[in-house]
Amino acid sequence: MKLGRIQGKVWATIKDPKLNNCTLYILQPVDENENPIGMAQVAVDTVSSREGDLVYWVGGAEATLPFPDRQIPSDVTIVGLVDRLDLKKL
Amino acid sequence: MILCKVIGSIVSTIKHDSYRNKKIMLVRPISPDGKFKSGTMVAIDTVRAGEGDTVLVMSEGRSAMEILNFKQREPLRSLIIGVVDRIDTISSQHKK
Repeated sequence: MKLGRIQGKVWATIKDPKLNNCTLYILQPVDENENPIGMAQVAVDTVSSREGDLVYWVGGAEATLPFPDRQIPSDVTIVGLVDRLDLKKL
Repeated sequence: MILCKVIGSIVSTIKHDSYRNKKIMLVRPISPDGKFKSGTMVAIDTVRAGEGDTVLVMSEGRSAMEILNFKQREPLRSLIIGVVDRIDTISSQHKK
């Protein structure tokens, strides 16, 4: 799992029917100091996040499994909202 | 599995059900000689690791399911599965 910052929303009317009712966001992976890591991704949201939120997301095969009854065709899925980061100075 | 250092923790209220009652930590990969590398990760703690500890981090969904005793696969893959006490490498022996 990794951290990411939601930068915007994606609207797609025509998409795979398994993605119906899923919200798509532009998600920029970030590190603990909010420096971007790599390219921004399009992510499926499962926790009612909004633009500007700091979230954590899961990639790979596990991204298809957020719902107990069905799989979704996604490779980046937002699974939690970050309320607070407690960082230790090392 | 990779070597990481625990750099912090995350407080999170709204999250997927599989993350409920889990300690969510922030880990950063390190090289065997202790230098930080890029690619900060979020990982679930299963061994009571603390901030500053060098840990073993596994990133694989099927193994996470086995360790956390889930009945089915869940959208969770990175786990802290060990606290590293000591690393012996050829280069560190040379230094002595």
